[in-house]
Amino acid sequence: MVNIRYTTEHEWIRLEQSSGEIVGAGIVGITDYAQQQLGDIVFVELPTLGAVLSQGDEAAVIESVKAASELYSPVGGEVVAVNENLTEQPALVNTDPAGSGWFVKIRLSDTNELNGLMDEASYRAFVDDLD
Amino acid sequence: MTNDRSQGRHRRAKKDSVANNSSTITGNRALQIEEPLIFEQGAKGRTGVDLPAPTDESTAALGGLERDKPIGLPGLSEPEVVRHYTRLSRNNYAIDIGFYPLGSCTMKHNPRLNERLSRLPGLADIHPLQPESTVQGGLALIEQVSNWLKILTGFPAVAMSPAAGAQGELCGLMTIRTHLMARGDPRTVVLVPDSAHGTNPATAAMCGYQIESVPSNQRGRVDLNALQARLGPDIAALMLTNPNTCGLFEEEIIEIAAAVHDSGALFYCDGANFNALVGKVRPADLGIDIMHLNLHKTFSTPHGGGGPGAGPVVMTNELAPYAPLPWLLREGETLLLIEHPERQAKTSFGRMRAWHGQMGMFVRALAYMLSHGGDGLRQVAEDAVLNANYLRVGLEGKYTMPYSGLCMHEVLCDDEFIKDTDITTLDIAKTLIDEGYHPMTIYFPLIAHGAMLIEPTETESRQTLDQFIKVLRAIADQISSGDSKRFHRAPLHAPRRRLDETRAARQPNLRWKESTPTSSPRK
Amino acid sequence: MRYLPHTAEDRRAMMTDIGIGSIEELFKDVPNEARLDRPLELPNHADELSVERHITGLAAQNVTAGAVPCFIGGGAYRHHVPAAVDALIQRGEFLTSYTPYQPEISQGTLQALFEFQTQVSLITGMEVANGSMYDGSTACAEAVLMAGRVTKRQRAVLSGGLNPLYCDVVETLAQFTGLEIEKSRPNAPTRGHHDTLALEARVNNDTACVVVQFPDFFGVIRDFTALSARCHEQGTLLIVVVTEPVALGALKAPGDMGADIVVGEGQSLGVGLNFGGPYVGLFATKEKYLRQMPGRVAGETLDSDGKRGWVLTLNAREQHIRREKATSNICTNSGLCALAFSIHLSLLGETGFARLAALNHSTARSLAEKLAGLQGIEVLNGAYFNEFTVRLSRESAPVIEELAQKKILAGVPLSRLYPDRKDFKDLALMTATETTTDSDIQALLQALSESVL
Repeated sequence: MVNIRYTTEHEWIRLEQSSGEIVGAGIVGITDYAQQQLGDIVFVELPTLGAVLSQGDEAAVIESVKAASELYSPVGGEVVAVNENLTEQPALVNTDPAGSGWFVKIRLSDTNELNGLMDEASYRAFVDDLD
Repeated sequence: MTNDRSQGRHRRAKKDSVANNSSTITGNRALQIEEPLIFEQGAKGRTGVDLPAPTDESTAALGGLERDKPIGLPGLSEPEVVRHYTRLSRNNYAIDIGFYPLGSCTMKHNPRLNERLSRLPGLADIHPLQPESTVQGGLALIEQVSNWLKILTGFPAVAMSPAAGAQGELCGLMTIRTHLMARGDPRTVVLVPDSAHGTNPATAAMCGYQIESVPSNQRGRVDLNALQARLGPDIAALMLTNPNTCGLFEEEIIEIAAAVHDSGALFYCDGANFNALVGKVRPADLGIDIMHLNLHKTFSTPHGGGGPGAGPVVMTNELAPYAPLPWLLREGETLLLIEHPERQAKTSFGRMRAWHGQMGMFVRALAYMLSHGGDGLRQVAEDAVLNANYLRVGLEGKYTMPYSGLCMHEVLCDDEFIKDTDITTLDIAKTLIDEGYHPMTIYFPLIAHGAMLIEPTETESRQTLDQFIKVLRAIADQISSGDSKRFHRAPLHAPRRRLDETRAARQPNLRWKESTPTSSPRK
Repeated sequence: MRYLPHTAEDRRAMMTDIGIGSIEELFKDVPNEARLDRPLELPNHADELSVERHITGLAAQNVTAGAVPCFIGGGAYRHHVPAAVDALIQRGEFLTSYTPYQPEISQGTLQALFEFQTQVSLITGMEVANGSMYDGSTACAEAVLMAGRVTKRQRAVLSGGLNPLYCDVVETLAQFTGLEIEKSRPNAPTRGHHDTLALEARVNNDTACVVVQFPDFFGVIRDFTALSARCHEQGTLLIVVVTEPVALGALKAPGDMGADIVVGEGQSLGVGLNFGGPYVGLFATKEKYLRQMPGRVAGETLDSDGKRGWVLTLNAREQHIRREKATSNICTNSGLCALAFSIHLSLLGETGFARLAALNHSTARSLAEKLAGLQGIEVLNGAYFNEFTVRLSRESAPVIEELAQKKILAGVPLSRLYPDRKDFKDLALMTATETTTDSDIQALLQALSESVL
């Protein structure tokens, strides 16, 4: 079962499924809806490894030709990986937002924070409501 | 996140190739000449300036730090340089060429008398560190500009040094913050309407304030109830543009000012749109505490492709003690500068830039004000507002406007009338280029969807406005007839077609390099 | 009124089309109590000749620097500007266009900016430059703010050799940003003294940047290579300020000494004195910092026919998009002054720029040598370019005022810029450029020997 949660700011977080020790870490990106709204992404500024974020903190800056936006961390925790490929190829966010266009991996400090996020069906309904 | 409908247009335009320029050997099109970069021209050792040989080539006094390798500048003769820049100039649109209704930028005629006077050696060739006794005329000129600005705005004091509108805003907020600190009242938040220009929040942030947005009401004005609800002991100031960025006068401005003052906050006004009011309304009479003026807008100093500007700040006596250095004082017949926080200026918040202000702009602005006089400046505001309303009425029925009724000096349209087509505001702008116009301001203010902000200014004749209305109406007709092809391809006749901004931003190339691949016709 | 096209008949017809009976109806949203019902106390409109007479009269009350021997520098320099510069910047297509928001019809301004950025990068020895700032002092303050963003540190160290007005501007513009500005004490030049050692000692791992001037405010030329090494060891940025860009035709580029940001005042090339403004700020840095660089930039791209062209780029950093998160609140650059700078440098070219610099230096040497021969005057600098500090046998301000009465602009008394420094009262800055003649120098020597002795 894929365990993905969404925020009202159009971020997603995919939680690690393994029963090993990294349970409680998740990969974060922006949704297809968000990348469409932003248009051609030209630059991404990533956080430093080891940075500790609270839920809702600014985790990354995303620049498109005519807009700038932030990626807010869907959960609190420590940044344990960043997608260095985005530095050279920001277009990955446009072409594969749910896959190779991921931004950061965060080790959750409090899994309860996931309760406030949307599942896939709720997010889809949320987006449909926006247009 | 903004939803900008201009995205993606570029790729579509790329598919159709244009046949009208394929037939010359050079790529030139008669008067339209492809000009290489200056670095792709010239020859080593050539120069366009004759200088006498130095009497002595010794570098012993350079501390052992003489340059030991070439810089890489190209060598060109004067005729080559003159031709290069003349050709470049011909790729620019300008007020001197045609109608330039760029909303919120006040692109009015730039009188040439002002240029001539700004170049008088007695004004252009004086050094800012000359003894005050040798520059009394220069100081008197600054004093005269100050007096005009004070009388026109109704304020008793003015800070002349800010270099541009955005620096004027910063001057205003720093003055406010220093005043609040002096009265022991450290407030932390600045309120900015949702229709504000982006410089307002950027400026407030530079001044260390948190920024909160105030919503607009259905009529495009500040929602007074929402404002009142938010005002409180943490609010330092309200920053408001009036007329606002929708081209509308804030009709409740007296009540807004009273509410702001009742809460102990200060009222900053962005004076970018003062052209609508000059000679008719004194902002001090509206309850404003402090406001910047853009000399390059209302007072017609030339925009020069993006500056230099000048942003003097007028203010109340309550705020004047905190104004930036230098201060200009008159003692009898003599004018003097206070350049340090001493004497009367001890309370100043500091210095915003070296020297005394944008003197070259002051000369032009004074020539402009003297030429118009009090009577002419009043006529400026009346004609600017008349022209905008004439355009508004001329476009009604074909274009949609988010706020009905009279406008001030500019008229705001949205893209409601093309929402069922595949044409965007950007397409209309690019089509206007083909028709020989500079487009209006587009996608600003953000509160109107697909905004088109049109500011004609007072220096345009009725014939120019009639012709523009005719063209815009014909464009609307072409869109409703379903003929979308020309809009997606536009511009076809400009020196360049749509440029790939994504490419420019993803791999920024900000300078010429020897190895840069180039499509220069001469290589 | 010559600038207003409407006749009374035009206005009447337009009012009819709008559906109003009077112009006042257009102003109905203005509260009654704020509408002016009387003329302001201002003169009525005036013809060209009258305006010209008035302003020419003000100009006549000044002593024109170019009409008398002038040795004033201190951050603004008198140079000869070739006639072609002014003729070209007065072309209406440059003069009367706005910021190039519509690149298809602004390629002239954009290509010129791209060339300007390249020239600034080359003379400073840096990788990238922006399309200009208001002036050197604001460029300097913006560099300090940028260093704070890049290093995420809060402490900036200013050299005592930095123009004191620039120090004031940095302190003022940074005062509400959380940056702490630490100023090193200015010292009069002493031969062999190296203030950079003291600066090196101040650099540690919480220093965002060190700001030095080259040549410094007192005219001294120092090598910053060791300082930059110390800075980079600590993750600190070295900011080098150049207020006399002509010096870069003779001196090693700051980039070659390890500068991370080079800012400058471009006024010397193309712009003229203008009583202090408008001028043009130069801003150059390393490519890795370009997204933290403030100000407008032009970038190369292609149009939809595949032709090379230019656009304003990296816009997302700017205030109209990022609002309170923008890199700076600056909206305009100093476009026309940047163009004048660029045209002047294009006319000079590699050989002309080097020769202009050599000529400035040799003229300054000639001045320094002759001053050193006068009794009561001591030239303090060992190294200098076209400006140096002298010590007079009495207070410099009254001497300079006396010479001004004789129509000689002898230099800058340091007491004007350092009113609190009693030990600077006898000091003055003196400058010579390619505009300084032998007879100017003779006149100065003659008058000085009368005043100082």
